[in-house]
Amino acid sequence: MERVPLERKVLSENDRIAASLGARFAAANILCLNLISSPGSGKTSLLERTLESFDRRERVAVLTGDIQTENDARRLARFGFPVRQITTGGTCHLDARMIERALLDWRLEDLDLLMIENVGNLVCPSSYDLGESAKIVVLSVTEGEDKPLKYPSIFHKSELLILNKIDLLPYVPFDVVAAEANARSIHRDMDIVRVSCQTREGMAEWLSWLDRKRKVSRAAAAAC
Amino acid sequence: MHEIGIANSVLDAVRAERRRFPARHIYKVGVRIGELAGVDPDAMSFCFEALVRGTELEPLALEIEFCARRYQCRSCGRSYAAPKEDLACPDCGVRDSQFLGGDELELAYLEVEDGTRATRA
Ligand SMILES: Nc1nc2c(ncn2[C@@H]2O[C@H](COP(=O)(O)OP(=O)(O)OP(=O)(O)O)[C@@H](O)[C@H]2O)c(=O)[nH]1
Ligand SMILES: [Mg+2]
Ligand SMILES: [Zn+2]
Repeated sequence: MERVPLERKVLSENDRIAASLGARFAAANILCLNLISSPGSGKTSLLERTLESFDRRERVAVLTGDIQTENDARRLARFGFPVRQITTGGTCHLDARMIERALLDWRLEDLDLLMIENVGNLVCPSSYDLGESAKIVVLSVTEGEDKPLKYPSIFHKSELLILNKIDLLPYVPFDVVAAEANARSIHRDMDIVRVSCQTREGMAEWLSWLDRKRKVSRAAAAAC
Repeated sequence: MHEIGIANSVLDAVRAERRRFPARHIYKVGVRIGELAGVDPDAMSFCFEALVRGTELEPLALEIEFCARRYQCRSCGRSYAAPKEDLACPDCGVRDSQFLGGDELELAYLEVEDGTRATRA
């Protein structure tokens, strides 16, 4: 038997498409964010709170992934920004080709922020890069503070942890400090923002994180 | 869940490689899966076997090398594999380590039936 070395990524085809998307986003000066969480942690709610805070002239668009239904796109479309639903028909994550297809007839030059809501799932989306500038993981306080340890991949790969539903803290036994320590034991430099999409507490901090990111991405574009 | 898609990607790679070894059977594919790859090795093996069964690829084994999270301490320089809850350096206890690896999802090698040496693509 002869052993032949291969040495390449299993998902090299997805990575290739993701890299080409990333290059197109960079060329069009777009900050692209990939939001990932379990079903129901509040990705769409966060996007609703975010879109409602924007001036209508902001060059912002959203892609939202679900296995079934157009519900999330409907919830998000009422803010007047371009929104497109990607229904995966069973697949538990978005992949780069789905993004490429969804963007076919969009003029990227008209955008500078693209937010992608991934399919509700804390595991699978972490394997598939979408050409994004950063992944963001949303964890809600009803899910338990051990989740970063149980699902380390997505915490390792996300730049920001949004700890959502903090309005429920009085009613659930959730140790915020332990949750954050668990996240940082996987990803030492992770940014963490505590929010409630219900009471809007913490929204200003999230929006300023987003603003900082947009400035950095604009500055990088201006430099090249 | 998505292990079926990952297993399929591995098989796509094996099928592509078969063209390099037209007269020789590929018996095994080696894959590296990091603790942070978000891929469950057992689910992956299960899907792999199910996908291979009854196809022209049989017999084809999957060998998974599971890779722990690895860090290097910025304070004392020691490299180590970290347990889940804590990435502090086991020697000096400092929590300031650089990430070395543990998120790999890679095709490592094939084991191919002996024959005349194939030309590299
Ligand atoms: N109390 C409370 N409820 C919230 C908060 N954020 C979201 N919810 C509720 O949680 C539920 C799920 O929120 P969604 O925004 O649909 O969650 P999602 O992550 O988009 O869900 P999927 O797209 O299905 O994965 C809804 O009933 C929201 O009203 C919050 O901060 N506090
Ligand atoms: Mg949603
Ligand atoms: Zn040390």
